[in-house]
Amino acid sequence: MLTFAVRRLVLAVPTLLFISFVIFMLLQLAPGDPMAQVPLTVPPEVKELMRQALGVGEPPLVQYWKWLVQVFWIEPKVFIDWLTSSSSLLGWLPDTQLYQGELRVISWQTRSPVMDIVIQRIPQTLWVVGMAYIVGILIALPIGIYSAYRQYSVFDQSGTFITMIGFSIPPFFTGPLLIVIFSVQLGWFPSIYDTTLVVDSWAAFKLQLQQMILPVMVLALQTTAQISRYMRASMLDNLNQDYVRTARAKGLSEAVVVTVHVLRNSMIPVITVIALNVPSIFGGAIITENVFKVNGIGQLLITALFANDLPMVMTLTFIFAVLIVLFNLIADILYGLLDPRIRYD
Amino acid sequence: MTEPLQATPTPIEALADKGPLAPPRSQWRDVWDQLRKHKGAMFGGGFLVFITLAVILGPYIWQVDAQKLDIRNKDMRPIWVALWDGTAKVAWNRPFGTDQLGRDQLAQILQGGRTSMAVGWAAMVLSLIIGTVVGVMAGFVRKADGLLMRLTDLFLSLPILPLLLVAVTLFRQPLREAFGPEGGMFVLIVGIIAITSWMPTARIVRGDILALKEREFILAARSIGTKPFRIVQRHLLPNVLSPIMVSATLGLATAIITESALSFLGVGFPSDFPTWGKMLADAVQRMQQFPERVYLPGIAISLTVLSVNYLGDGLRDALDPRIRGR
Repeated sequence: MLTFAVRRLVLAVPTLLFISFVIFMLLQLAPGDPMAQVPLTVPPEVKELMRQALGVGEPPLVQYWKWLVQVFWIEPKVFIDWLTSSSSLLGWLPDTQLYQGELRVISWQTRSPVMDIVIQRIPQTLWVVGMAYIVGILIALPIGIYSAYRQYSVFDQSGTFITMIGFSIPPFFTGPLLIVIFSVQLGWFPSIYDTTLVVDSWAAFKLQLQQMILPVMVLALQTTAQISRYMRASMLDNLNQDYVRTARAKGLSEAVVVTVHVLRNSMIPVITVIALNVPSIFGGAIITENVFKVNGIGQLLITALFANDLPMVMTLTFIFAVLIVLFNLIADILYGLLDPRIRYD
Repeated sequence: MTEPLQATPTPIEALADKGPLAPPRSQWRDVWDQLRKHKGAMFGGGFLVFITLAVILGPYIWQVDAQKLDIRNKDMRPIWVALWDGTAKVAWNRPFGTDQLGRDQLAQILQGGRTSMAVGWAAMVLSLIIGTVVGVMAGFVRKADGLLMRLTDLFLSLPILPLLLVAVTLFRQPLREAFGPEGGMFVLIVGIIAITSWMPTARIVRGDILALKEREFILAARSIGTKPFRIVQRHLLPNVLSPIMVSATLGLATAIITESALSFLGVGFPSDFPTWGKMLADAVQRMQQFPERVYLPGIAISLTVLSVNYLGDGLRDALDPRIRGR
């Protein structure tokens, strides 16, 4: 198991390098010019110097190499410095001075390091996306279990129908729909997510909860639809197995049979699906963040794309790729850990 | 003292061969019979046929130009609003109302549906072709297997939506110059959706081909000297048709949703060219006053995708011989 995990980790490195190379070369084809917004009174040779300062004048391979160095060598140094100096977790360690003022990945929009902006944006995305995922799973699992246990009952039929609808309605329709119903007509929740809200009192906490409900509902609907379908199918596979009959024949109560014997075995594929879907929900959050004006990383990507901010787009897309590769790996390892029948070596 | 044996012993009644009870049935007939029992699939298939016919034939029946600006009659409500709001601005010749530039909404829905469905079908067919070719190559040609499957894994770990957004914004200009504003966008969106969605088909097809090519009928075909291409065409492809059909329905649903999502984010077709996603996105700003402009295209997308998903569900059951006949 350990050798498998290590081998997969080692294999992930060339995959990620290749993906980043492909994305970088794709972005090189971009028609835009970072100097397009500079006033016309600036003489061309100064513009050329500014371009050089942004690192655009170099050949693509050199630019790619510099980006790699910045992301994998300089950014970690900054991160370690931050960890040892001002974080609460490792702040007790002696301060390191690894970062000596080298050039970091600079956004063309704001001329500040890309990673700083990403770090600012990540909490909003994590709050909304993470909460939605947890809520979605918590709703989906009981629905899936009960639908399978009472197959073809009214509950099962309506559950299947509702998950099918959740599967089919895109988030850019459910979002406006919920806004019209709950914030325009009923006036219960705000339609725009206010990121500047500081939670320091009960009233602020209530506001935070209220503004999170709509985006969380939109994202959770998608998650619920997918996970509950998997849960139902997986439960159905297990319910007719011989070991279930044995458990019943032993005189175990129905609750024990379902929740202990069947559920534990059916959770194995479902957990891997849950792990595999984490990156895709980050992708889906791009649209939801756009609808509810959450300024998370999805919204950051969209604005960076429209502003032709290539370093930001490059880094964000790479972060998404890292998430996918990482969670694929986690799913594989989880599968091996949970199911003793799976042996990877 | 041996009794003479009867020349022909009377056959035992139960073992007698009564001949076939029913004429032999083809596989597709069985599939159809099974599919007919699946109510959701029948509704889904019916609605899909209806919406396809509506967007193809509709503009010939409802002959209002979707692009015609009619500022005097802008912001009309749909005809059914008159049921509860007598003062609303409605007219029978604009049954779905008009938008802020006075363009007829019904004509726009039909026209937008044409684009959305065309993109969906084209992207689905293209991704099926890519997926099937890659899957068959990987399953049939042992040397290509490792390389092609690494490629598939690589594509699977690409972040699809960010990459789609990147590619659309980057390649919009050159393709527009080559194929015109609408044609260029169509080629671009179809191509990009196909390139990023062929992987599941390839994996399924490869798995099935790997299992099939060890079977006796392939050995028989090979031993009478059938050429490899002919084996694939005559013996392998018909046998992997059912998983391909199921992933076709899934692919159609994803393609329609992806196109609408791109239009919604503002990187899709040009602004005067209606698609369902674009109509929805344009209407979101004023959805308090005119909620129907959000509902109508949204319901159109959702119902189409829902019906495709139900059809896929039914097809999967009908094409699985272990479930069929129960």
